[in-house]
Amino acid sequence: MSGRAEAGGSFAFTAENLKTAKALVAKYPEGRQQSAVMPLLDLAQRQLGWTSPAVIEYVADFLDLPAIRVWEVASFYTMYYREPVGEYRLHVCTTTPCWLRGSDEVVRVCKEKTGLDFGETDAEGRFSLFEVECLGACVNAPILQVNDDYYEDLDAARTAALLDILAEGRPPPAGTLAERLNSAPEGGKTTLLEAELPC
Amino acid sequence: MLSDRDRIFTNLYGEHDWTLKGARARGDWDGTAELIAKGREWSVEEVKASGLRGRGGAGFPTGLKWSFMPKQSDGRPAYLVVNADEGEPGTCKDRDMMRWDPHKLVEGCLLACAAMGAGAAYIYVRGEFYNEARHLQHAIDEAYEAGLIGRDACGSGIDCDVFLHRGAGAYICGEETALIESLEGKKGQPRLKPPFPAMAGLYGCPTTVNNVETIAVVPSILRRGAAWFSSFGRSNNTGTKVFCISGHVNRPCNVEEAMSIPMKELIEKHAGGVRGGWDNLKAVIPGGSSTPILPKSICDEVLMDFDALRDVQSGLGTAAVIVMDRSTDVVRAIARLARFYAHESCGQCTPCREGTGWMMRVMERMASGRARVEEIDMLLDVSKEIEGHTICAHGDGSAWPIQGLIRHFRHEMEERILSYRNRAMAA
Repeated sequence: MSGRAEAGGSFAFTAENLKTAKALVAKYPEGRQQSAVMPLLDLAQRQLGWTSPAVIEYVADFLDLPAIRVWEVASFYTMYYREPVGEYRLHVCTTTPCWLRGSDEVVRVCKEKTGLDFGETDAEGRFSLFEVECLGACVNAPILQVNDDYYEDLDAARTAALLDILAEGRPPPAGTLAERLNSAPEGGKTTLLEAELPC
Repeated sequence: MLSDRDRIFTNLYGEHDWTLKGARARGDWDGTAELIAKGREWSVEEVKASGLRGRGGAGFPTGLKWSFMPKQSDGRPAYLVVNADEGEPGTCKDRDMMRWDPHKLVEGCLLACAAMGAGAAYIYVRGEFYNEARHLQHAIDEAYEAGLIGRDACGSGIDCDVFLHRGAGAYICGEETALIESLEGKKGQPRLKPPFPAMAGLYGCPTTVNNVETIAVVPSILRRGAAWFSSFGRSNNTGTKVFCISGHVNRPCNVEEAMSIPMKELIEKHAGGVRGGWDNLKAVIPGGSSTPILPKSICDEVLMDFDALRDVQSGLGTAAVIVMDRSTDVVRAIARLARFYAHESCGQCTPCREGTGWMMRVMERMASGRARVEEIDMLLDVSKEIEGHTICAHGDGSAWPIQGLIRHFRHEMEERILSYRNRAMAA
C-alpha cells in the first residue's frame, strides 16, 4: 500500500495530545508506565490515522521502553491499523449471532457498494472494509461498526442507505436503525413498565 | 415473573438520565458510607449469603472469591479489576450497564474495594466499546467531582480510585490473567496459575477480577440485603440476571429476569418467541458461544441457571441465549464459532494454537460435506486433546461447541457428508 512510504516519516504528539498522554500515564502507579502503551497507541492512531512504525518508536521512547515491547502490543491487538486506512472504517461482524440475523447481506452490500474486499482501502482513502469478530451487541444484530460507532439491526436496504449517507460525508447518529429502543424488544418493552421505580 | 420493583437495572434500555443526577434519583449512591461503615467482614459475608455467583461466565461464588484477598496488607497495594472486555459471542449485557447505568458499576467498585481492602479499581473495557467507555468515564468523573470516590470516598474515611482502561480488540483479554497482562501493557497472554491473582495479580499485587454485572449488582445486594437477592432463583443459583436473547426470535432483546426461569418462558415472554413458533425451534446455545448447543427437546423444559444447564452438559455461561430455528445450518453455525476461536487464540499453548486452526479447517469441510464420516470421531478426539490441556479456558471454549454439535447433531453431519458424496458420484 502506498502508505508504506510514510513509514519512515516522523511522529510526535500535538501539544494537546501531549497533555492527554501525560494524564493517561498518570493513571498507573509510579514505575508502571508500560500500562499506558495501549492508551498511547490509541491516542497516536487517532492523531495520525494509523499506527505507523514511527508511532510505535515514538510511544516506546515516550514510555522509556524497548521498541519491541510496543511492537508486540501493536501487532497483537486488532484495533491498531498497521497500514493507512480510509476516512470511514467499516467493520462488519460476521460471527454466529450476526450471521444468524443476516450479516451475509451486510457483507454483500458493503462489498458491492465500496468495491472493496476485506482488508482493502479505496484509492480515494474514503472507505476501508474489515471483517471483525463479535462486537458484543448481539441482540441488535447484525452490526456494522463505522469508526467508533455501532450501527445496529441492519439489513441490505439499511446498509445500502447508511453507506450512501456516509459517502456524502454525513454519518448519522449511532445506534439502531430499527424502530426500537436500544436493546429493548422491538414493538415495546416487556419489563420496566411501572412508572415509579425505587432503586 | 420478576416484578419491576425487584429489578436492579432500571435503566437497562437507556430511557432515563444515565448521569449522576438520574442515577441518584434511581437510588444509586444512597447511604454508601453507611454500608462501608458496616465493615469488610460484613460486606463479604453479605455477598456470600446472597449466593451471588460470578456473572462473567464461570459462575464462581463472588463472596468466596473476595475472601481469598489478604486480610492484612503486607505492604503491597491490593486491586479490584473489573472485566468489561465483553466479547463472548451472544453477550451484550455489560454494554448496557456501562452506557445506561454506569453509576451502579462505579458505586459497586467502591463497595467491592472497601470489602477487599483494595485502594483502586481498574475497569478494563473492550476497545470497540468507545461510546460505552465515554459514558463510564463521564460517570467516574462525576463521582470524583462529587467526592463519591477518590480521597475519603463518600466521607467513609476510605480512599478509592477508579480508573478506566480501554482494550484494543482481543477476545482473550476476557480471560482474567490475560486481562491483567494487557492492563500491564503487554500482549494478552494468560498466565499460569498458581499464583492466583488474589496472591499475585496486577503488578504482582493481590487482585480480584470480577465481571461488570457482578460488581454492578453489589450495591443493590448490600442495600436491600442478601435475603432479598437470594429470594430469586433456585438454591445455589440465586439472584436476578440480565439475559441476552439473540438469533432467530421475533424480538431480540436484553432483559433482567429471575435466575432459574425456564428457557421457553424467557424466550416467549420477552423475545416474542421463536420465529415461526416454538415448534420451529431447532437448537439453542444457552450461555454464549462456549456453552454447548442444546436441541429443542432439552430446551422445552430446561431452566436457565448454572446447575440446570450443567446437568444437560451445557452451561449458563454469560446467559447469552442464541436461538436457532429450523432453517439454520447448525453445522455452519458451529463452524463459524470454530473460526472465531481459531482467530482469537493467543498462540501461547500448542494444543490451542494448532488445535483451533485444525478444528476450524475440519469444521469448514464438515459444513460443506467434504469429509469422511470417520472424521467426526477424529474431530471429537482432537477436541478432547485440546480441552483441559491449555493454560487457560480458551482451549476448552473452542472444544465445547464442537462436542455439543457432535453430541446432538451428529446425524446432520453424517447426512451432509453422505449427500456430498452422492452428489460427487453422480457428477
